[in-house]
Amino acid sequence: MTSAALAPSRSPRNRRSARGGLPLTRVSGLGLGVAMVWFSLLVLIPLAAVAVTAAQGGWGGFWRTVTNEQTAATLRLTVGTALLVTLVNIVMGTLIAWVLVRDRFIGKRALEVLIDVPFALPTIVAGLVLLSLYGPDSPLGVNIANTRTAVFLAFLFVTLPFIVRTVQPVLAELEPESEEAAASLGASRFTTFRRIILPSLTPAIAAGAALSFARAVGEYGSLILLSGNLPMRTEVASVRILSSIENDNPDSAAAVAVVLLAVSLAVIVALDVIARRVIRRG
Amino acid sequence: MSIEIVNVGKRFGDFVALDDVSVSIPSGRLTALLGPSGGGKSTLLRIIAGLERADTGTVRIEGVDATGLPPQKRNVGFVFQHYAAFKHLTVRRNVAFGLEIRKRPRDEIRRRVDELLALVHLEQFADRLPAQLSGGQRQRMALARALAVEPTVLLLDEPFGALDAKVRKELRDWLRRLHDEVHVTTVFVTHDQEEALEVADEIVVINDGRVEQIGSPDELYDRPANEFVMRFLGPVTRLGDQLVRPHDLQLSISDADGVVGRVTRVTRIGFETRVEVTTAGGQPVTVTLTRNEFQALNIQLDSEIRIRLAPGSPTTTTTATQPCAETSTLIPTH
Repeated sequence: MTSAALAPSRSPRNRRSARGGLPLTRVSGLGLGVAMVWFSLLVLIPLAAVAVTAAQGGWGGFWRTVTNEQTAATLRLTVGTALLVTLVNIVMGTLIAWVLVRDRFIGKRALEVLIDVPFALPTIVAGLVLLSLYGPDSPLGVNIANTRTAVFLAFLFVTLPFIVRTVQPVLAELEPESEEAAASLGASRFTTFRRIILPSLTPAIAAGAALSFARAVGEYGSLILLSGNLPMRTEVASVRILSSIENDNPDSAAAVAVVLLAVSLAVIVALDVIARRVIRRG
Repeated sequence: MSIEIVNVGKRFGDFVALDDVSVSIPSGRLTALLGPSGGGKSTLLRIIAGLERADTGTVRIEGVDATGLPPQKRNVGFVFQHYAAFKHLTVRRNVAFGLEIRKRPRDEIRRRVDELLALVHLEQFADRLPAQLSGGQRQRMALARALAVEPTVLLLDEPFGALDAKVRKELRDWLRRLHDEVHVTTVFVTHDQEEALEVADEIVVINDGRVEQIGSPDELYDRPANEFVMRFLGPVTRLGDQLVRPHDLQLSISDADGVVGRVTRVTRIGFETRVEVTTAGGQPVTVTLTRNEFQALNIQLDSEIRIRLAPGSPTTTTTATQPCAETSTLIPTH
């Protein structure tokens, strides 16, 4: 099966394969071999297995599963909300990183630590927190349980740290002198941000955005309590996959998984392309 | 006068960076702000550029009160010690930046950038990124970028500080020649007295947030206003309670006048010979001679000799108690 096709990527074969490069030495060949085996076992083979399972019903079966009214609705909701959340994160994450790096205020240290809470918190705990704050018994009087807003909020909560944490170190490393140089050449603060700072941050923002999107697309724990998982309304893809498995329909689960995989890949590539363009335009 | 700085003061917390400084910088000249690190010279330059705000006092540039103006409105070119290159832009786009901001027509920008790249000898590097240039090239790019907007004044903050000795010397000569071509009022900060003496038309010596002396290199070297300037600008040695330059001292075996002493050490460094004479009072005095002078005198170690100060040589009275036997200059070490 797939493992047979992927397994022989061992070192002796790769010795001559480095395109235009030097032949690999014994040590680097071994290193490459180990890396490839590891990567294959953990990533490539499972992914291929999912794809194969999804293909078991044939193209028609796959298409039927994906275009099933309920499945299509979950995919639209999941991908759409994840894209929206990523856009919000690009703005808010960069802003928070900016505040953390450039501003001095009381409680900065505390905020630094708090940013990581969504990382550290088990997602189901996050779900509980959100439910108690924004559920039917909300002390704030805000009840968004069983609505799409709940999905949006849960995604926002768990993806908050990604862009903050990727942008922060890059921003801290920027030398203030190039901003001063831009200012003395007549650039306003906004122009300096757009033409000097932003291009330097773009790779970090893109990386954080890709992580944030991928995390949102696969989110499960933090939203199941608050969203209510109503078919056609608040059911997300991961919940749909689980119910397919529970209904003994692994092909359908795999089909949804493959769509998510493809979308994530497409978004990562698109982010990379956009990032390159922003840098080049300067 | 191109730049008028009147009673400018600046503090950083408890640290007084500038204490009531007043300086006039002439138009079209190359002026050096010289002094030890932490003396306030960079702060003064940044206040002229608007990158730092003075707590008190006023700054006028070409007759315009610039005290409250942001850097964007001052029309100054600023060159930083560490280049401050726009790393994601090519050399051409770096130089064009100021013109693009000013929304000049595209072909005018192209023409002007080509001119500037030729001026700084970077024509063949136009499409490289700053990371692909050497330090000297990067600094020339930064200079072209600053000159592109035709600034009223060009300010350089330790422009050669990050470069190695050889490139530093080359760029220094080149800056002097460039200034003779372009004639823009230029102020540069340095802690290297040789650099200032060699390149500048006018030197402002700044120490401890105050101006110690202003003058041409000759004036400063020949008529230092105080002990600090004397020590900072060149080698010194002590004779009695006077600070003098070791090369202004003359030795003689036959003269009747002068201070009597004994030769205690002779060191030859290339064309220069250093003779250490210990006076009858036990004070070590360093005298530098050329090799020819030394040979003509036929000086023997431990022989008796007389020291005389050459007429018209600069001296300052010293209050310091430590001997100044060392001939090295007082360049602050970092």
